[in-house]
Amino acid sequence: MKIEIENLRYTYPGGVEAVRGISLQIESGEQVAIVGQNGAGKTTLLRHFNGLLQPTQGEVRIGDWNTGQYSVARLATRVGCVFQNPDDQLFCRTVREEVSFGPNNLSYETGRKETLVNEAMALTELTGKEETNPYDLSPAWRKMVALASILAMDTPIVLLDEPTTGQDAANVARIAHIVRALHARGKTVIAISHDIDFCAENFDRIIAMGQGRILLDGKPGDVLSQEETLATTYVDPPQLTRLGRRLNFPETVYTEDLFLEVYRRLGKSVV
Amino acid sequence: MALIELSNVTYTYPAAKFPALQNLNLQVNEGELVALVGANGAGKSTLCYTLAGFVPHFYRGELKGTVAVAGVDTHTTPLSELVLTVGLVFQNPFSQISGSKFTVYEEIAFGLENIGLPREEMKARVEKAMTLTGIVDLAGRSPYALSGGQQQRVALASILAMAPKVLVLDEPTSQLDPIGTREVFQVIKTLSQQGVTIIMAEHKIEWIATFADRVVALAGGEIILQGKPEEVLASPLLPEHGIGISRYTSVARLAAQESLWPAGRRLPVTLTEALDGFANT
Repeated sequence: MKIEIENLRYTYPGGVEAVRGISLQIESGEQVAIVGQNGAGKTTLLRHFNGLLQPTQGEVRIGDWNTGQYSVARLATRVGCVFQNPDDQLFCRTVREEVSFGPNNLSYETGRKETLVNEAMALTELTGKEETNPYDLSPAWRKMVALASILAMDTPIVLLDEPTTGQDAANVARIAHIVRALHARGKTVIAISHDIDFCAENFDRIIAMGQGRILLDGKPGDVLSQEETLATTYVDPPQLTRLGRRLNFPETVYTEDLFLEVYRRLGKSVV
Repeated sequence: MALIELSNVTYTYPAAKFPALQNLNLQVNEGELVALVGANGAGKSTLCYTLAGFVPHFYRGELKGTVAVAGVDTHTTPLSELVLTVGLVFQNPFSQISGSKFTVYEEIAFGLENIGLPREEMKARVEKAMTLTGIVDLAGRSPYALSGGQQQRVALASILAMAPKVLVLDEPTSQLDPIGTREVFQVIKTLSQQGVTIIMAEHKIEWIATFADRVVALAGGEIILQGKPEEVLASPLLPEHGIGISRYTSVARLAAQESLWPAGRRLPVTLTEALDGFANT
């Protein structure tokens, strides 16, 4: 399901203009990471996708729906959003109730509902924790519950706000696996993250925002090579990109495979 | 003599089946900057709570062994006294912000009001803490109308204002961008140079490698390894216990399997070490 944004501007009631003219298209099935400094407007932009915010100017369309004409509840059938802080979205007594809440409200038939809930729990490795109270889990696992509850809604578009914050290596790997699984199912995934290594390794398009505008938009290799522009929005390139550059690699690398491929080919002759 | 001394500490949360900390022994010297690393559930936060006395005073549960901070037994000393010595910055700023104050300025003064400092001293401390954490321009804002990163700095500032001898930080930069992270680490370094003893749970390996005096790795509530950052952070034990390592370390480990990393050379943790190694293979 395509997302189209035209000349979007958003000013908060206090007068802060957080988004200052953004036009953007995201095709069905794309995996997009949005990066940029705190206050760049990333979360404000994201909240327009599911109607939590309405444009001060411009338009946001999710498929054939203009978000201005649909309620947040209707938009939730197309766009699922995992908040940065899981405690903003968890309120049920057990993990299973929590994960079932979305599909229950979307009035899916019982069989499909059960399948979706079970799949979401399996993907987030929450199987076995069904009867646990979410607040008896650690914050990191509460975040996985929040993620599962959105996956279970089976929306064509999934938004992830800082998915790797506070997660250890194993959970980051789980989240990366989930992004790939969603990709395989043709879902659109849009993530906001300061974790540039995670973005570079798991997304096929990176958008860098600064001061409420889009500064860069493209494939990881193209965006990450723009070190100076990234610096204006306080994004450090991934560790391996920095290493490759210091070793005078002729191309931008951002994964272990890419790094080793170039290093094997060129060895220390590049230094 | 060690400023902090944990002897045979085992702690179990109320209603938990297994202890969160097991037979833990740890000494921290005055002025030392110690980083705690570990997977989720390894016991990092629990250790932070224990050092600050929130375990057992707030979380209850069963604490065995002894925890001494600056000569005070945390088990027998109430939190109201411990806060004068140990400051704890929570991982989630929402857990810390009082909810009873309308502005950031008042929020940072909250702890100081509770210990009854003179007004002028309070003002000086609040302003110093806001300057250090770079939030002077947020003074009049509501603590709840801020971004996650801004709230995290408010939480840090409110503890710094208390001028604790021991500062315990539970992932203080988890919601900050790289510049915010750098600024907070610089504040931490400054405090460390001023003699504050700091214990910090943190996932950002590159920063730990640059700033910490010592790294303590936890798994299953136990210390599995501790020592100099460059030694601990390059250890194969870390990934085995689900602890994140830097991309420099992981790519060099792969390279070493193909003899693309100098034989016998310790794996790199920082960019400089990686550059040295890869330029000399």
